[in-house]
Amino acid sequence: MIAGREFRSRLIIGTGGFRNLESMRGAVVASGADLATLALRRVDPSARGSIVEVLESAGCMLLPNTAGCYTARDAVTTAQLAREAFETDWVKLEVIGDDRTLLPDPVELVDAAEQLVADGFTVLPYTNDDPILARRLEDAGCAAVMPLGSPIGSGMGINNAYNLRLIVEQTHVPVILDAGIGTASDATLAMELGCDGILLASAVSRAEDPARMAHAMRLAVEAGWNARAAGRIPRRHYAEASTPTEGVPELT
Amino acid sequence: MRVLLNGESREIVDGASVRDAVRAAGAPSEGRGVAVALDGEVVPRGRWDEEPLTEGQRVEVVQAVQGG
Repeated sequence: MIAGREFRSRLIIGTGGFRNLESMRGAVVASGADLATLALRRVDPSARGSIVEVLESAGCMLLPNTAGCYTARDAVTTAQLAREAFETDWVKLEVIGDDRTLLPDPVELVDAAEQLVADGFTVLPYTNDDPILARRLEDAGCAAVMPLGSPIGSGMGINNAYNLRLIVEQTHVPVILDAGIGTASDATLAMELGCDGILLASAVSRAEDPARMAHAMRLAVEAGWNARAAGRIPRRHYAEASTPTEGVPELT
Repeated sequence: MRVLLNGESREIVDGASVRDAVRAAGAPSEGRGVAVALDGEVVPRGRWDEEPLTEGQRVEVVQAVQGG
């Protein structure tokens, strides 16, 4: 449930990095996701096929991003272009500070979030794994916060589980882990830590078999969610027998 | 007149509209999934026919692509 809208899946698919639309379609369907990101770029007259049609026929709501923006101004304009193009006021807000790490620029990010919320957007910001920044974004009126596990496309998983726990503890809107997932266990861990959902792209789109990895991610997210909800046993230093210690026969 | 259409200097007939620029950029002129900015300001689709282009304007015509 994000901004009053209910989704079937806790997995959001980023569509960057697929070899072609056919590969993307197979992975989106296998993932079970019903929310998918896309981006805006200058028209390429030679481009074939419509990503919008493919995503909508797969039952996905569109979540345009502001990838490639370095300033609040560019991100706000890009979100407004996306609203025109896709007739949605939802936006995955990305304002990056550096093209080597693609880490968010926190100052520009909060500025852009405030402007977009005031302009009526439903804002889902890609953010650092910083609890204070996450709080600022929630206070700005964002519909979710989306901390990174590690840099975009790095596949390093969750670098700071402690910070992620703090963000989960304090946040009253959905927390969606965005970026850094490499394989299924990373997604499961994020859900076990209390995230409400996962957004991933490269882990699936650049896998050798994207559809199969998408299926794995679907199961991983469900596994982590259920494990969290089921209440895990505490960690112990020593063993605790699961078989009764009473009534053991004397055999020697 | 010349405008900067998606980063390329292009000759466009005087009096051309935003919709003409969309066509010139190679996008479907009615299509959902296309948006336009003139000198960094978004032009709503409803104004594509009435909004005239002027000499030297920066026209960005964008559409959906894959992205994370």
